[in-house]
Amino acid sequence: MTTDTLVSRTTGILGLIETHQKTLLVLFLAILIGIPAYANNYVLEVLANTWFYVILCLGLNIVVGYAGLLDLGYAAFFAVGAYTTGILTSRFGFNFWLTIPVAMAFATLAGVIIGGPTLRLRSDYLAIVTLGFGEIVRIAARNLKITGGASGLIGIDRPHFFGTELNQISHYYFVFLALALLAIFASYRLQHSRLGRAWQYVREDEDAAEAMGINRVAIKLYAYIIGAVFAGIAGCFYAAKMTAISPETFTFSQSILILLGVVFGGMGKIPGVVCGAGALVLFPEVFRGIGSMRLLVFAVVMLLVMLYRPQGIWPAQKS
Amino acid sequence: MSNLDIILQQLANGLILGSFYSLVALGYTMVYGIIKLLNFAHGDIYMVGAFIGFSILSVVSGILGDGWTGIVATMALSMIAVGFIGVIIQRIAYRPMLQAPRLSILITALAVSLILYNLVMSITDGEFKAFTVGLGYEGISMGEVYITFTQMVLVSATAVLMTILHLFINKTMYGKAMRAISIDQDACRLMGIDVNRVIAVTFFVGSALAAAAGVMAGVYYGSIHFFMGFVIGLKAFTAAVMGGIGSIPGAMLGGLILGLLESFGTQIPFIGSEWKDVFAFGILILLLVFKPTGLLGRTEIERM
Repeated sequence: MTTDTLVSRTTGILGLIETHQKTLLVLFLAILIGIPAYANNYVLEVLANTWFYVILCLGLNIVVGYAGLLDLGYAAFFAVGAYTTGILTSRFGFNFWLTIPVAMAFATLAGVIIGGPTLRLRSDYLAIVTLGFGEIVRIAARNLKITGGASGLIGIDRPHFFGTELNQISHYYFVFLALALLAIFASYRLQHSRLGRAWQYVREDEDAAEAMGINRVAIKLYAYIIGAVFAGIAGCFYAAKMTAISPETFTFSQSILILLGVVFGGMGKIPGVVCGAGALVLFPEVFRGIGSMRLLVFAVVMLLVMLYRPQGIWPAQKS
Repeated sequence: MSNLDIILQQLANGLILGSFYSLVALGYTMVYGIIKLLNFAHGDIYMVGAFIGFSILSVVSGILGDGWTGIVATMALSMIAVGFIGVIIQRIAYRPMLQAPRLSILITALAVSLILYNLVMSITDGEFKAFTVGLGYEGISMGEVYITFTQMVLVSATAVLMTILHLFINKTMYGKAMRAISIDQDACRLMGIDVNRVIAVTFFVGSALAAAAGVMAGVYYGSIHFFMGFVIGLKAFTAAVMGGIGSIPGAMLGGLILGLLESFGTQIPFIGSEWKDVFAFGILILLLVFKPTGLLGRTEIERM
């Protein structure tokens, strides 16, 4: 097959997808909802994990992709959510669902504390400050009494949903699928909102944006806070799913992994980021053999993506 | 130990630590000064320097022994080798990205850092390597304070390297070109300066200094590991910011101040050594909030 026919066939398929978009979407959703009835626990675990990373990557995508800010300590916000739920349910007997608003509040607070002062500075300072912040949160979690020290927290309560205790992997498959869909919807709405356009403007030309009356510090801070809240909520459910959390979940490599998902798929594009998150989880599952070389392979791919295809693996569509 | 003894001992420790920070911070500040890139991989270059030094030492110590002659030769060879690694990285990863958006080149730098880190981890199987040198523990004692000759030599070596760097930046043609490029790259191009070549030289010098620090850290601590570059990278960046990023005397000063602050900081009650890193990052964040230009930096009008 020559390249031309390949291209025309691909466009043909893409055209088909375009015309039947709604039908395909419904079909796809039906498949996703139907999966737990047929799949085994291993598949469900991997898929739940995929949805989970979709949420985190979409959250980071708001910061990196939409607002163009490099955040290297994203796992810290994830930790804030997980530890809030963990501490409140296991030590103070809170109901799981009540911890979510608290975690959102703490994530917002953390976002303001870190973003507030540094967003006025050069963007690369933000990268290193977030890196430092990520480490501070991890070290604090390891050394404080209330977070259970290096061994972390155990015995975090499972949440109840209309009387059913969520304790099966299939429950969490649906929980994370629902959250991921919510995150996709929220990202989509944000991207096409007034705020989303402001982010794009500031990312492309900061000075021009400011001259047009956009408060650049404020809108960057919004991006930062919204990203933090995404991770905070994901953290709450992560704690509930695992019932045990330890500081070593929230290392620098965790932040890097999430960033990789965003970069692979193409920063700022929702389908791309979803695919990137999927690649992140599925790749090590498929290639079991490489084990510890995983991050090395990822890093090389990341370098190649930046050098040869900075728009990511998903085809770019500039409107 | 009396209070005075503690102060003197911490002064000595702080100076050593500060020397390492300064040498690494110089690389950050030079690269930042010339192409406005925050080179995330710099901490890992330091780590690679330590490992290359380790490999070279195992050969050299057979010929020159593991005393000072062997170590000086090792250090010189490692500096040259790692300097070239820096140039290669610059050529492959950074040069094509110079005109790209700021975010892209930052992510590229991050990728390089991850590659170096994971590469060394795979090669060494994540093990610690013992840096065996035959320097002994002789030194001078003042009261209960004990300072080894090794410590003194390492601090002096740092001073020598910095003097050479100072002369290089201020007296040679390349130094002059570097300073010119950091002010206006386009004008330099028009004046016939080979900008790419000067950038490569900057990477060479910065990486060589980091390698020197890496070998010195190996000699001083006695063991090296693949994750030794991460924290020092962050701290050296703190030091560079503290002194004013882009300023070479600033990086030297910032490194020494951070080293001293850290070694005295661990003496403050309730701040144990496990909080040592938090202490340094806390300083960085406060600094960026209240004095982002640093001690010796120029006021930055342009912003990103």
